[in-house]
Parts: sequence; C-alpha cells; structure tokens
Amino acid sequence: MDFSIVWQYLPMLLEGAWVTLWITVVSLLIGLAFAVPVSLARLSNNPFFSSPAYLFVLYFRGTPLLVQIFLIYYGSGQFRHELTDLGLWGFFRDPWFCGILALVLNTTAYSAEIFRGAISAVPRNDIEAGRACGMSGLLLFRRITMPKAFRIGLPAYGNEVIFLLQATSLVSTITILDLTGISRQLISKTFAVYEFYLTAAAMYLVMTYALVYLFRMWEKRLSGHLQERVVSEPR
Amino acid sequence: MLDLHGYGWLLFDGLQLTIAVGLCAMVVAVLLGLLGSWGKLAQNRWANFAANTYTTVIRGVPELILLLLVYFGTPTLIQSIATSMGYDIRVDINPFIAGTITIGFIYGAFSTEVLRGAFQAIPKGQAEAARAIGMSSLKVFQRIILPQALRFALPGLGNVWMVLIKATSLISIIQLDELMRKTKIASNATHEPFTFYLLASFIYLGITLVSMMVQKRAEIWANKGVMR
Repeated sequence: MDFSIVWQYLPMLLEGAWVTLWITVVSLLIGLAFAVPVSLARLSNNPFFSSPAYLFVLYFRGTPLLVQIFLIYYGSGQFRHELTDLGLWGFFRDPWFCGILALVLNTTAYSAEIFRGAISAVPRNDIEAGRACGMSGLLLFRRITMPKAFRIGLPAYGNEVIFLLQATSLVSTITILDLTGISRQLISKTFAVYEFYLTAAAMYLVMTYALVYLFRMWEKRLSGHLQERVVSEPR
Repeated sequence: MLDLHGYGWLLFDGLQLTIAVGLCAMVVAVLLGLLGSWGKLAQNRWANFAANTYTTVIRGVPELILLLLVYFGTPTLIQSIATSMGYDIRVDINPFIAGTITIGFIYGAFSTEVLRGAFQAIPKGQAEAARAIGMSSLKVFQRIILPQALRFALPGLGNVWMVLIKATSLISIIQLDELMRKTKIASNATHEPFTFYLLASFIYLGITLVSMMVQKRAEIWANKGVMR
C-alpha cells in the first residue's frame, strides 16, 4: 500500500468531503422544514391529514433509498415529454436536484416519525399546566410542546443526521462527485483501490464522530438539568 | 393496466436472490453480534478493545464504501501480497459471498449493540442463583441467559433485519443479480424505468410489511410467559 498517491489527490478528496457535507446540510434543513408539518399531520385526528402522512412515512421508510434515488432520477425519464411540457424537465435531468430530492423525502419521513414519537412523549401534565396558565393552540405548542418534544427527540434526531450523512454516499451512483464519487473516479484512474477507499472511510469516520460530538454537546446544553450529577462524597 | 412486457419473472428471480442474500447476511450478523457482544461484556481488555473498535468503525463509515472496499479491495490486496511473494495470481470474489459477508459484517456491528443491551437487561441475580444451585456456566448461558436475551433482543434484531434487507439493494452495484439489478436490466430493455423501479419499491415495501407482521407475531410468541 502506498499512501503517497493519496497526498497527491488530497485536495480533490477534500472537495468531495465538502460536497458530502453540503448535500447533508441542505437535505437536512429542507427535510426538517417538511418533517414538522408531516409529523403534525400524522398526529392529527382527521384521517384526511393523517392517512396521507402515514402512507408517505410508510413508503419512504419501507423502501431502500437507492430505489428512491433511481426512481426519481431514471424514472423521471419515462415522463420526459410531460415534464418538458410542464417546464420541469430541466430539474429532473439534473442529478443534483434528483439526489437532493430523494434525500429530502427520505429524511423527512424518518424525522417525521421521530418528531411524532417525541411530541406524543411530552408529559400530559406539562400540557395541562400550560392550559391552566391560559395558553392554547399555537402558543401552547410553541412554548410548551415544541421545546419539550425537541429535547426528547434530539438524541434520535442526532442518529438520523448521522444516518443521512452516510446515506449521501448513495448519490455517487447518479454521477454526483461527493466523497464516494470522487474516490471511485480516482480509483478508476489510478487503480489504488485500498488507499482511496480507506482514506474516504477515515474521512467519513471523522465527519460522523464530529457530528456525534456536536449533538452530544447540544444535548448537554439543552437538558443538562436532567442529567445525573456527580456529587462528591462528604468526608 | 400494468404491462411488464414479460419481465415480471425477472424481478421474481431477483427477489429470490435478495431474500437469500438477506437471510444469509442476517445469520452472519447475529453470529458476529453474539461474538461482538461477548467481546464488549468480557472481562478482557483486548476483547473489549476489538469489539469497541469494530462497532465504532463500522457505524461511522457508509455501507457503500465498505462494500466497495471489500469487493474491489480484497482481490487487489491478495494479489499484491501474492506478487510481493513472487506469485502471479488473479482473484475474483463471488459477488454473492462478498455481498453476504459485507452486509453481515456491517449489520453485525448493529446487532452487537442490540445483543449487548439484551444481555445487560438480565438481572445478575438470576445467573448467580443458577450457579448457586449447581449449574455449570455453559448450562447457565444455555438455560437462563440465552432464552431471555433473545426475547429482549427480538425488537432490536427485527429492526436490524429491516434495515439490512433494504441495504441489500446496494449489492446491485457489485453486479449481483438481485432485485435491484434485475430491475435495472428490465427498465433498460423496456425503456420504462419508472414502472419497474416503482414496482421494485413496492416489492421492498411488501418485504418490510411482511417482516413487521412476522416480528409482531414473534414478539407475542416470545412474551407468552411474561406477566404484564
């Protein structure tokens, strides 16, 4: 094994890592914006809202992400004429749009399920106390339910973020040059299989554990008052 | 109506291979999980270190990278070792075996965590009581620990299975003719990618739904003797 070849191409790999992070953050933020309404629809008592949300979550959690990516990227080609007429073909021809769309839909489904669990785990007493203080509707949701649910759901959401970071490697199959894509391209050029994949794996490892650390800090900050304290024994 | 142009059987062949790879990989994953959870709970520093490294590394690296590393990396490594020793050989890994081992190896890390939690959930007093009435440690494991651990691990292992079966779609990238790759072949031949990928996604969804039902049944069966 000869890692000097990796040094030579390190700037390209770092660029790939940047693309990976960028795709992760963009999909995450858009997914987050969609996930809250979906989770609320899923919790609604009105089947008109809850059943589409249920089916959406079931489909995107029950099928592989790779199929979702291919369905959007290759599948849209079947409706090329219709999409051209609508003026949307420019979007669906673009692997970036399709990759991010698939990741957004996927992470929306997973995060919606996490938020649903978190919102229904908010203690009833808290909500009753809020009502007793005269809050209702949006105010109650904004001040009591949301902050509490956010704290309950944060550890699970942190896992989802890490899952998404790793899932972005699949967009390399539709020609996007993220960290995995760049590694595959460099390997087909240099035949240094082990060197590049091991380097890419190490880079993913660093990004993953940096995220794990960030989320752990955030958790500590938000719910430090709930954590066990080490009290020193009196002498 | 749905017209598959006679390619439906192709998907059925692929489905069989997907399930075969999934089941074999799950067996590998549970065996590795037992080994890994033993490593995590053992009183041995090296075993702890090996098991912790295993779960840390595997959970931090995407499946796709690991799959490509094993499938394309291992032959290269073996060849370069052989070359340095003066042999000239060519190694090709069977994609079924590479896929099964890699997927099993990855999800072994996840089942390690599940099984570790399950073993830890068993009150220590039970094993001590069994020792006290004269069972050997093997007997304690077989009669007291394992039956309860499997019950505790069932929900977690069910989740591992459902993620694992979806991850088998990645094996199509290393040219194994499972459901995903057969779908690609059919959609290239018919120029109807949407139809075929949608159908494939519903087949995966079907696997997930059946697995969920089986899991629920299995949990009811495993918890039969437990008071609520």
